[in-house]
Amino acid sequence: MLKGNVALITGGSRGIGAAIAKKYAALGADIAIVYAGNAQAAEEVCRACEALGVQARAYRCNVADFEECKRAVAAVKGDFGTVDILVNNAGIAKDGMLAMMSKDAFDQVVDTNLKGAFHMIRHCAPLFIRARKGCIVNISSVSGLMGNAGQCNYAASKAGLIGLTKAVARELAPRNIRCNAIAPGFIQTDMTAALSDAPLVQAIPLGTMGAPEDVADAAAYLAMAKYVTGEVLRVDGGLAM
Amino acid sequence: MYFNAIANVIAGRTGCDVSTIKPESTFVELGIDSLDTVELLMQLEDELGFEIELDQAVTTVDDLDKAIQSKQG
Repeated sequence: MLKGNVALITGGSRGIGAAIAKKYAALGADIAIVYAGNAQAAEEVCRACEALGVQARAYRCNVADFEECKRAVAAVKGDFGTVDILVNNAGIAKDGMLAMMSKDAFDQVVDTNLKGAFHMIRHCAPLFIRARKGCIVNISSVSGLMGNAGQCNYAASKAGLIGLTKAVARELAPRNIRCNAIAPGFIQTDMTAALSDAPLVQAIPLGTMGAPEDVADAAAYLAMAKYVTGEVLRVDGGLAM
Repeated sequence: MYFNAIANVIAGRTGCDVSTIKPESTFVELGIDSLDTVELLMQLEDELGFEIELDQAVTTVDDLDKAIQSKQG
């Protein structure tokens, strides 16, 4: 169903990104994983994708760096010929109370989560425009929809991603390029490992945290949903409704 | 310096007579909107054989010509 497509997934070495890579691979897409630091984990995801019968390669890149993103996209283009689907999943959290938050803690989170997505879209857009097709999936968060105490940096970056998603969706729609966002709630990953008994988790209508595969299912839907653009799809057990 | 290449690509895209395109012609006058300008640049890259990194707004054909020249400088 995604056969013949090349999917570039940032933050693809673990958690939600790894689940999306494996899901897309299961649907037949070739996989380019962009990872920040954990080469071994990225290679393991590639091997798992290859076991599903597709090509997969990993690229080290700090998405907060505009030029590194340019080189990564060029490398993927060199290896695979193009990019058809871009998933901006790379993200970090540096939680803390606003009154004690450093400038660096704010900047670093925005640089990776929001500007990182811009950098990748900026460098993939020429490929999409030339091909007159393309699909972008930005991984936002319910924190960007509802806000969350202790996460002013993270919430701001994830809300910014939603604005970016809608502006890009409008601008590139005439060229058959779609851009959507997913707003996961509490998903069981390394990032949320400390949160399992937080009060908000107990407020989830469906009663449990989600799995990375739940977000991957939504990402698969958005990759194939030809008439859907500018959408923010919550995958949160009902948390932010 | 790149005027002829730019004019030819515009004429090819819009179907206008290439002799009607002047350096001072604006893209709006020539029927090229902002997203068309992006595609025009890509077509120019293919014709000229080098990458055009444009990080400034261009209004006229001459603006674009000068912008490309300054990047190639």
